[in-house]
Amino acid sequence: MGQAIASLWKGITYRGREGHYAFILHRAAGLGVLLFLVLHVFDIFLVTLGEDVFNEFLQLYTHPVARVLEVGLIFGVVYHAFNGLRIIIIDFWPRTTVYARQMWWLVMAITLPITAIAGYFTLAPLFH
Amino acid sequence: MNTRINHRTLSRAKPDGGGFETFSWYFMRVSGALLLLIAVFHLLLMHVYIRVENIDFNTVVTRWTGPWGAFWRLYDLALLVFALTHGFNGLRWVIDDYIHRPGWNALIKGVALLLAVVVILMGAYTIFSFRAPAPSFAFSLR
Repeated sequence: MGQAIASLWKGITYRGREGHYAFILHRAAGLGVLLFLVLHVFDIFLVTLGEDVFNEFLQLYTHPVARVLEVGLIFGVVYHAFNGLRIIIIDFWPRTTVYARQMWWLVMAITLPITAIAGYFTLAPLFH
Repeated sequence: MNTRINHRTLSRAKPDGGGFETFSWYFMRVSGALLLLIAVFHLLLMHVYIRVENIDFNTVVTRWTGPWGAFWRLYDLALLVFALTHGFNGLRWVIDDYIHRPGWNALIKGVALLLAVVVILMGAYTIFSFRAPAPSFAFSLR
């Protein structure tokens, strides 16, 4: 256990600038999305128990806390997808490695506006 | 510098040998590229086009039993299988990175594998067993 915490701590405190942020965010986003996926399969499973059970459970996702978490989910999915594409490009065309840092900023330039737009529609009902 | 970059902040080096770990390395990239298309589309469809507050039982009825029902069931099966195998394989890599004691490593990966199998079966059961509820208003329309 101590060993696991030590290697986790080393992974977080290592100073690697963009490449390091990319790695930490990719991992955290992946784990976060996986956690939601398990919940998501469970909530869709509830359709087999009938309309009332399903609709009642879905109410959970309209709660303000759930909506804020949803914005995190949108960021996580979009970031993980486009940073994953960056990893694929570097892996299959190793000469692009010199642009690894610039490509990470490009990933952010794609992820943040998509998160902002989808996040707006997710949070807007809270202010109606 | 070798062309095979082996630095954790860039990406994971491809394992040699052509065995399961090499397959796993390629699988993450192929399934990841597919998920970039189908998972991001699914996310934007549900959160921007339909919006979460409008999703209810009828959304599922329309999606799975409408004229495009077979297509959407296949689409959702692809999402289920690729997202969960990709996700749980990623979790396996994370466990290997931080849990070094062989006993704990094997135990936690075993629990994760069991959870992966249960969740995928549960999702597949939901997709294939769903039937449109009998329309109770059928005769009142006459």
